[in-house]
Amino acid sequence: MSVQTAAAPTTQIGEPAVNIAIFAAFVLVTLVIVFRASRNNRTAADYYAAGRSFTGPQNGTAIAGDYLSAASFLGITGAIAVNGYDGFLYSIGFLVAWLVALLLVAELLRNTGKFTMADVLSFRLKQRPVRMAAALATLAVVFFYLLAQMAGAGGLVALLLGIEGVAGQSIVIAVVGALMILYVLIGGMKGTTWVQIIKAVLLIAGAAVMTAWVLTLYGFNLSDLLQGAVDMGGDGGAALIEPGKQYGISALTRLDFLSLALALVLGTAGLPHVLMRFYTVPTAKEARRSVVWAIWLIGVFYLFTLVLGYGAGALVGPDVIKAAPGGVNSAAPLLAFELGGPLLLGFISAVAFATILAVVAGLTITAAASFAHDIYASVIKHGEVNPDGEVRVARITVLAIGILAIAGGIFANGQNIAFLVALAFAVAASANLPTILYSLFWKRFNTSGALWSMYGGLISCVVLIAFSPVVSGKVDPVTGASLSMIKDTSIDFAFIPLSNPGIISIPLAFLLGIVGTLLGKEEANPEKFAEMEVRSLTGAGSEKAVVH
Amino acid sequence: MSEVIDPPETDYQRVQRSQEFQDLRSRFRRFVFPMTGLFFAWYLIYVLLAAYAHDFMSTRVTGNITVGLLFGLGQFVSTFAITMIYAAWANRRQDAVADKLRRHIELGEVR
Repeated sequence: MSVQTAAAPTTQIGEPAVNIAIFAAFVLVTLVIVFRASRNNRTAADYYAAGRSFTGPQNGTAIAGDYLSAASFLGITGAIAVNGYDGFLYSIGFLVAWLVALLLVAELLRNTGKFTMADVLSFRLKQRPVRMAAALATLAVVFFYLLAQMAGAGGLVALLLGIEGVAGQSIVIAVVGALMILYVLIGGMKGTTWVQIIKAVLLIAGAAVMTAWVLTLYGFNLSDLLQGAVDMGGDGGAALIEPGKQYGISALTRLDFLSLALALVLGTAGLPHVLMRFYTVPTAKEARRSVVWAIWLIGVFYLFTLVLGYGAGALVGPDVIKAAPGGVNSAAPLLAFELGGPLLLGFISAVAFATILAVVAGLTITAAASFAHDIYASVIKHGEVNPDGEVRVARITVLAIGILAIAGGIFANGQNIAFLVALAFAVAASANLPTILYSLFWKRFNTSGALWSMYGGLISCVVLIAFSPVVSGKVDPVTGASLSMIKDTSIDFAFIPLSNPGIISIPLAFLLGIVGTLLGKEEANPEKFAEMEVRSLTGAGSEKAVVH
Repeated sequence: MSEVIDPPETDYQRVQRSQEFQDLRSRFRRFVFPMTGLFFAWYLIYVLLAAYAHDFMSTRVTGNITVGLLFGLGQFVSTFAITMIYAAWANRRQDAVADKLRRHIELGEVR
């Protein structure tokens, strides 16, 4: 079998049976846990917030499991392997962003809200319009994030199972989607959390083993490892350890780099599925402990990806990676195969599948909660709905989103995952973060400010993306092939040259929040503001853990 | 959530006015706002240097270790440090006061 792969490295590597067997074992173990965890899923607080019964370290690990998506593992490793230093920005931005969550958002949000981001945003503003806006922003972020994860699934399938045909890949994406639906439907937040915890442990352990392995090959000398990557990089090799290989081409690409950097650092604290995880712990203090744990786990993991990225560059080589099915996203699996043969590859690819599964599950339950709790219960039913009915709607939403995710995954194949996720971050940073910060810290902030900021951020972001080279008109200068989502190179409506909209849409959304507030005629509500401020800082009246 | 006829002031407002809460709040803001400004400025310095100062960031410090790599790793160090400093500070300075105020409100012991 190794002879065969050596002869035809671009078609398929590893042993599909091994890959599938390890993945099946993961699914089996997690399913048992999900079934056991689901026995206590009685109330809405159980289904959405796991009864608020997880400890800080548990939740911190689950946050790492939720956050370290396929983008982090496959996307960043690939970006560093191919683009070198410029890929490192993703790691740094994704990590530093957690300080915004730690210092400004996590604890205050836990103390103020109940199940969703909208609980906090609508706390002292007009319930229905604000909830509606927040739910729409949530669904938009989840949509982009889902697209990224499912695109990763398609690439992995191509690489690991040797399934090249669209039909075959689609079936596997459908299987992943169906499994995810099963987890979320049965397990609710508790089941989802356990899947994320198990996956985080496996992912970080797997990355640690590979990192140690790579470093051992280079005598634990980082400089030698970089030299290896430079040597494999050929003519442009030296540029791998210098900034600018991807983003240094023109003034415009540099601006794109700034835009990406801004979206990464401000996006995390506006990601609805991350925010929702803070409700699964009993107190704000545990929310703080969660973030501390998450920052250490995530930070150490990103240090691993630096080694893995350059390791893949040095041991596999950027040309082989780009030529492999799945392209840039295949760097990590290819490195695993290079190091430990089919067995390590099987383990790593099973972990990568588990990663996609766990993240998609987390996104789905967030979208379902947002739809059922914010749109259905509050906007449509005016809050007059019993929690059972709400959870039933949430479960139906899970089904709908699962099907949407499967369809989206088939559509978005081939884009770099880290990059797609960066778009989700841009939407989160524009549509959500300004309103979260204003409503927590700015007394005068009112409903019209929230609506201006959320809709302005969301719409500007989506419009800028739609008319960017991501969607149409980006052509590889060498091969003439399309690098955009629309593969027909004759269609080009990309009149906004930026790939990431953050640098325009984020300041705009912050500004609109101020303008909308000043123009709004709503009377201040000092009672509600006092309640929100005192609650957010002391935890008085906050939602308590469910006792079974 | 019972309707009270024209309440002069809610418990939350009374607590909000109290010196203890005002101190808690201003201590919190005096800590997190400058800290946020600090790490954000430090991050921007890194990003701007990586985007516009290629030669400086490409300077080899030793072997293949560049200034840019050290700046990047520096972001990790500062993030870990700020995390631990904040957690220790909040545990030591804020939690006891917040708990006391919370118990006051939840047990209805607000003056």
